[in-house]
Amino acid sequence: MNKILHCAAALALAAPGIATAQVGEPYIHDPSTIMKCDGKYYTFGTGGGGLISEDGYHWHGGGVRPGRGAAPDVVKIGDRYLVAYSATGGGLGGSHSGKVLTMWNKTLDPNSPDFEYTEPIEVAHSEDNEDCDAIDPGLLLDPTDGRLWLCYGTYFGFIRLIELDPATGARKEGNEPIDIAIDCEATDLIYRDGWYYLLGTHGTCCDGPNSTYNIVVGRSRNVTGPYEDNMGRDMLEGGGKMVAAAGHRRTGAGHFGRYIEDEGVEKMSCHFESDFDMGGRSVLAVLPLLWKNDWPVAGEPFVEDTYEIESERRGYALELAVDFVRMEMERHPFWIPVTEPLEPLADQTLDDVKGTWPEGNIDVRIGDYMFRPHQKWTITAVPDAGGYLGSPYYKITIEGTERALAATADKELTTVEHYSGADEQLWRIEQLTDGTYRIMPKTIPGCDEELVLVSVGDSTPSLGKFDMNSDNSKWNFRKR
Amino acid sequence: MNRSSRFIMRCMMAAALSGGLWATAASGAEKGKTPQAPAPYFSLPTTESASPRTDGFIGRWLMLEPIEKPNRSNTVFTDSYLREAFYNEYFPGQLTAWPKAGETVKVDGKKLKWHSLDSNLFNVKLFRFATGLEKPYYGVLFWVVTAIDCEEDIPDVRMSVGSNSASMWWVDGEEAVILSGDRRMVADDCLSRRLTLKKGRNIIRGAIINGPGMSDFCLRFLHEDGTPVTNFTISNL
Repeated sequence: MNKILHCAAALALAAPGIATAQVGEPYIHDPSTIMKCDGKYYTFGTGGGGLISEDGYHWHGGGVRPGRGAAPDVVKIGDRYLVAYSATGGGLGGSHSGKVLTMWNKTLDPNSPDFEYTEPIEVAHSEDNEDCDAIDPGLLLDPTDGRLWLCYGTYFGFIRLIELDPATGARKEGNEPIDIAIDCEATDLIYRDGWYYLLGTHGTCCDGPNSTYNIVVGRSRNVTGPYEDNMGRDMLEGGGKMVAAAGHRRTGAGHFGRYIEDEGVEKMSCHFESDFDMGGRSVLAVLPLLWKNDWPVAGEPFVEDTYEIESERRGYALELAVDFVRMEMERHPFWIPVTEPLEPLADQTLDDVKGTWPEGNIDVRIGDYMFRPHQKWTITAVPDAGGYLGSPYYKITIEGTERALAATADKELTTVEHYSGADEQLWRIEQLTDGTYRIMPKTIPGCDEELVLVSVGDSTPSLGKFDMNSDNSKWNFRKR
Repeated sequence: MNRSSRFIMRCMMAAALSGGLWATAASGAEKGKTPQAPAPYFSLPTTESASPRTDGFIGRWLMLEPIEKPNRSNTVFTDSYLREAFYNEYFPGQLTAWPKAGETVKVDGKKLKWHSLDSNLFNVKLFRFATGLEKPYYGVLFWVVTAIDCEEDIPDVRMSVGSNSASMWWVDGEEAVILSGDRRMVADDCLSRRLTLKKGRNIIRGAIINGPGMSDFCLRFLHEDGTPVTNFTISNL
């Protein structure tokens, strides 16, 4: 890694309030939907090649996709990967004679002996005089019936939909393209709970920090459309509801891809045309994907700070199991008129209470939030400890101390007095599709199970299996 | 109004609302009335063993008449306070003995009797237990014990307790759950770590402390998936 960028990334991660981004060499434009293959993550971009990540957070080059061209997409069908990409005629002010091609590979790992692309086959094309530019393919394997669809196109005319044969990757015999949107590009199709969603990118592409690229969505009960936005406006009329836009010092969100980690744990990939903290380069981004009223929307990157960790079950707060230290003050009956200026009460401080805390490990529980020191948790990224798709691991410590939340061998929780960096003191924090969070230890000593922080009672936390349908598995990070 | 005067006022109001039981409690104890099951909250056991409710709550308990432990407020019940209060020896064998219904212990010179009762509710109304016996019901400490018999080991369960106010619970002498602070009784409020109910007899013991206000508890065991444990019987000791 470039030393300057390494330092910049480290500084960004160390500063409170800074959202963490992908690290390493996440430089890409028009990333394809992220695929996991043999434990590694892959995405391919415009111009050939692609990115690989061992952990989903640190990315580097090395992906191999022949054919160059623009804006590929990938879908796994059976035990093979179908890659679609386009050979562009130039776009924008250039030629609009484009081609969409597909090819197969058994693996995405270029070091595997099974790594070999099949010969690309053309599935769609456009001529210069058409109202379409056949580039930017997006693939959908319909989970309801196994049919394979491909959308393509740019601002130059229509976004079109064709059907492919999932066995061959070729165009279905006799299939004719259907116009499903206009004036967007980098489209992708996804399906969820009876709705088909068409995601496209609007705004100005390829203008670095000035790119207004943004991702919008419309939905339909039928894969062939019509795709309408939340106002009932057809995407053929330019409709679209915002999914992701600029923010957190990054501009130009484009080229949506969906990744389902678990039930209720979804992520979206895209590029930002310009990441201000990475020299203004175009970078890969992985964000939580939330669903609000059956509409997808990008979640916010997690921001390091000090929070209340609130249980979704009861609304109580995770806290050290220590004696509650009362705040004493002279009581003033409310019916006595105020005759003197009121002085604000000072918050209880760590110094006020830490002498009452025992040494060594202290258990945790869940209790009424009173914004007291034993309830304030500082979440800090530990970028050198690896990561998971989209984020680094975090340490969770009591504010102003090194007392860290840790998983124990009996699948329970404790806090250790001094954070050591041990894996059981590292936590994976993921925003769920409903906006709450799941919190998972990197490892549990002597345990192979993947367990998360749960409320087993209103006042008792533990580790248990993640269940998206139970508020026991969900937490909120609140500042109040 | 200072805290003392406010406490006195609340006690007076509570006494008025409860028909003056606060005033008669001491005299009732002195008369040594024959204990009755305070209806409609409790019944006297009529069987050798009982089952938990279908939702797992345990209704049969041996309950010691309340020990006077005056506290003007429930806010003093920190973990440290509770450990000191509950591990103080009030009577011999309070954490080890298997008492029988009708047995008495002497605490600060007063004889207190163990009562075997079946709660008619999912929870156990300690306040009504005390008022029904015309015993002190504010500023008191209750000891309760029960025995559950399992036909086989039941691993990876948790004791689940709600109590008003603070309490501590033991399984076969091992501390399982503590509920500190000024608590209201909430089902499944505090749970133990995973434990095994062993084949045979398991002794469940609890201590509940209360200053002013209502006092009760509910207790059951839960499997890992949150469903109640019901495959055991509850015996009279």
